[in-house]
Amino acid sequence: MALANQVVMQQIGREEKVPTSKLLVVQYAILAIFLLLAFGLWRLQVMRSEQYESLAEKNRIRTIPILAPRGKILDREGRIIVDNYPSFSALLLREQPHEVEPKISKIADGLNVSADEIRNLLRRYAGRPKYEPVVIKQDITPDELAFIEANKSEIPELETIMVHRRLYPKDGFAAHLIGYVGEVSEDDLNRPQFELYKQGDIVGKSGLEQQYNDLLIGKDGERRALVDSKGKEVGRLSKTPAEPGKQLKLTIDLDIQIAAEEALEGHNGAMIAMDPRNGDILALVSRPTFDPNHFAVRISRDEWNKLVTDPAKPLLNKAIQAQLAPGSVFKIIMSVAGWQEGIAQTLNVHCNGGATFYGRRFGCWVKGGHGAVDLTKAIYQSCDVFFYTLAERLGISRIAKYATALGLGQKTGVDLPQEASGIMPSEEWKIRNFKQKWFAGETISVGIGQGAVTTTPMQLMRAIAAISMDGQMVMPHVVNPTDMPKGYTGVSRPEVKNVAIDAGGWNVITDAMGRVLLPEGTAPSAHVPGVDIAGKTGSAQVVSLALRAKHEKNDDFAQNGWFVGFTPRRNPEIIVAVLFEGGEHGKLAARLATQVIKAYADKQRRIGVKTAGVTKDGKAIEVAGLWNQRDEHADKDATPDAIQGGRFKVALSAKRSTVKPPAILGTVVHPFPAGQD
Amino acid sequence: MRKNLSFRDFDWVLLGFTMAIAALGVLQIYSASLNTKFADATTGTPVHIKQMYWLAAGILVMFAISRIDYHLLLENAHWAYVGSIVSLLAVAAIGIKILGAKRWIRVPGLGLFQPSEWVKLVLIIVLARYISSLNQKDVTWPDIFKAGLIAGIPFLLVVKQPDLGTSLTYLPPLVVGLFLGGIRFKQIAVILLAVAMVVPVAWKVALKPYQKDRLVNFTHPENDPKGSGYQIQQSLIAVGNGGLFGRGVAGGTQTQGMFLPVTHTDFIFAAFAEEHGFVGATAVLLLYFIVLMRLIQNAQTAPDRAGTMITMGVVAVLVFHILVNIGMVVGMMPVTGIPLPLMSYGGSSVMFTFLALGIVMNIHMRRFVN
Repeated sequence: MALANQVVMQQIGREEKVPTSKLLVVQYAILAIFLLLAFGLWRLQVMRSEQYESLAEKNRIRTIPILAPRGKILDREGRIIVDNYPSFSALLLREQPHEVEPKISKIADGLNVSADEIRNLLRRYAGRPKYEPVVIKQDITPDELAFIEANKSEIPELETIMVHRRLYPKDGFAAHLIGYVGEVSEDDLNRPQFELYKQGDIVGKSGLEQQYNDLLIGKDGERRALVDSKGKEVGRLSKTPAEPGKQLKLTIDLDIQIAAEEALEGHNGAMIAMDPRNGDILALVSRPTFDPNHFAVRISRDEWNKLVTDPAKPLLNKAIQAQLAPGSVFKIIMSVAGWQEGIAQTLNVHCNGGATFYGRRFGCWVKGGHGAVDLTKAIYQSCDVFFYTLAERLGISRIAKYATALGLGQKTGVDLPQEASGIMPSEEWKIRNFKQKWFAGETISVGIGQGAVTTTPMQLMRAIAAISMDGQMVMPHVVNPTDMPKGYTGVSRPEVKNVAIDAGGWNVITDAMGRVLLPEGTAPSAHVPGVDIAGKTGSAQVVSLALRAKHEKNDDFAQNGWFVGFTPRRNPEIIVAVLFEGGEHGKLAARLATQVIKAYADKQRRIGVKTAGVTKDGKAIEVAGLWNQRDEHADKDATPDAIQGGRFKVALSAKRSTVKPPAILGTVVHPFPAGQD
Repeated sequence: MRKNLSFRDFDWVLLGFTMAIAALGVLQIYSASLNTKFADATTGTPVHIKQMYWLAAGILVMFAISRIDYHLLLENAHWAYVGSIVSLLAVAAIGIKILGAKRWIRVPGLGLFQPSEWVKLVLIIVLARYISSLNQKDVTWPDIFKAGLIAGIPFLLVVKQPDLGTSLTYLPPLVVGLFLGGIRFKQIAVILLAVAMVVPVAWKVALKPYQKDRLVNFTHPENDPKGSGYQIQQSLIAVGNGGLFGRGVAGGTQTQGMFLPVTHTDFIFAAFAEEHGFVGATAVLLLYFIVLMRLIQNAQTAPDRAGTMITMGVVAVLVFHILVNIGMVVGMMPVTGIPLPLMSYGGSSVMFTFLALGIVMNIHMRRFVN
């Protein structure tokens, strides 16, 4: 054995040694490898050191946003219309998808959603980075919150996050005015004005929420924290607090708004109340309405489709977006045009139920005729033949001149989005849009607010307001520019235009309007004792008379009722416009309007503010500081809690016909001194 | 024949440099595991203490094995080889599966044992014996084939486990052995051509999806920052974050925040590079380079061809480990999960290194024999 070993070893030991050159080659190879590795280190640690340093910072520093609440929306007296409330959303972390899967049915049970819904959501987010959690339910109930807390150890993937949600008034109160918020859309994000926004931001989507989004939105703060690879916080760095959105004070008077909501409830249409002296919108209602609270959380597809396809168009703000024939309300504008042109003063016609112009017979709405008619009677009796004649005398150009001066066919510039402009036809308009000459016969229909002329309720109200103010035309607004926070330039100051209206004409026309609600007028049933209301009814056909005759029973083709009225007749403080879709006759619209006017008058009397007077020559006395006094008063006594955030104690019902004194101010109620006027 | 060996002839320089690297390793294991369960004394011995136990055991083993004449190992290498194959087959038959890989067998009373580690050492000796026994200037095709077979059988058995990283460490002793044995350029060219043809097939047939991911992702880790590219990306950030002078001991945010994966084992060099910067990292590279050069010097002075072959086999394995591990850490190599010798925490890695060094010491001590 030992010998054998020796033989083997001698064999091994005898051979040639490995050449040194080959070992040298290995040494150089190793040197090359080490230089390569050193270069690798150099590349990372010297050449790209800064880049990796910032990546390392990003790794360990987590920025947690502190969401800023949106600004509250208040009425003119500081009462809260829109508030925020803290709400929790349930998040699902999905860094370990296979650990989540078996728990889905339990999660679904606890959160009252279907398991399939969660799976669909996870599938939809499959392409997104895994560390991004999925919101599986927004605005969870306390029970659901308790479920998440109780199962923390079992389902650690389930998390909650607190967000501020909009709390809107219930049942669609002032919904069109306020609008709603939603997640900023991908399309919006691509637009330059949204460059500062990021995905998931909540922005105003319609109404005031959209118009004053910049002001309401606030600025999210952030908290920077040190985290480890598991996301556990191990230290805190800096904190930038959130800047809450600015409060938005409206010119809306909740008391008037409530009256308007109640008046229009159960009908379709729109109603606006405005202070004609300064353009303050006091109330704005559109019907049917929708509940924006459903938009604050994600709206279901069914619910959305229902809103979009509803023929009554609940999402449309009819006060500024409905473009309809103004009907007889247009006769007031005709009257002004006729007076200024020196025709109406002396025009006397005999109405026998109709008249023939250019070979075609135009009927009056009173089949038996009005007999002898002058301007005053033509207004309170709304005689069509008088205005046919006046239209023929004036011609379309002169009608269009005055109507345009009074703002028809143009946007009013109200601070609400997507206002429609309506149409005021003229010869140029016809050629521009139809490449056709204007036919003289078309002027006759325009004379009674039919034919091609269409207006929005806002426009029509503004025109009548200007006439009520003897030609002083304001720009309507929901937010008074003086109530804007300092440095906010998002809104232009309301411009006041003056339309020349002869004082005599103004007297005659407004006096005639004052008789509309008297027994000889077209809407005596809307009369409010002790309140001097001047107004004009109107009804306008939606389709041609022939078509209407065919579908007499069909509500869709019922005429629209209009009323625009103001009070007091000589120094108007409030003007109300009503569009009553399918309301058949203006007097029905007038009754709705006077409910609101009465509520206004009641309020004035309750808080004991003197109404404005009139000078001997019929000029209005400027009543400065009227609202200001009341502002001070209200700020002290208003109890915002009582009406805060959609808990209006108003039962909106269709059957209500009388306006209860709003219980909101309700500390001192003065008895109504009847017949004082 | 047998002459008394003196510890005066021991390679103290080599030992000094290896211990310097090992000491830096212990320091880094300590720093890297500071915030983890591995450093918690209440749940067991902290890993850096354990590593010191392993190092102490490794040194003892090294001294012990340096007393054994390496010719004795060479003579019995075939038995060891048979034992290796049997142990790998045993893994395939009765092995224990952890995290989807069957790499361990349970040894009653000792716990888990990973045969593929010691096979590495056996293979170095067997290949050294075979190639040195050829005793000719050039290797012939049958020689290449036989040497390939010797390495190939355990290679395939370990690939099957699957443990691609460890199986690849079987190839460097073969490559270096054949090179020193006298392979010719023509033969190299033919082998490279064959490999080029086999690799695409193997890619399709043999590799598991996660292995492919690892091999592909290392070039573009940012494509999948939370998936299989995560480790590479975090490693690059850690190394880059170190900058020129490093973040200081226990100051690396990637290391301390546990963004870096398996900090105290496979990615220990990333942790070291973060905390000690380019200066520290290249200093360690230099230490490794000195150790390797010293080993090659020992190979040169070895008393016989087999001694040279063994030492160069050890060099080949060590270089391969360093290249693949540090290459992975700096994003030049895919994630293979093989440790950095002398620095990474782990008993089997330490034991392999010191066993190999023990044999090399014996060769060194016998340099004046004959």
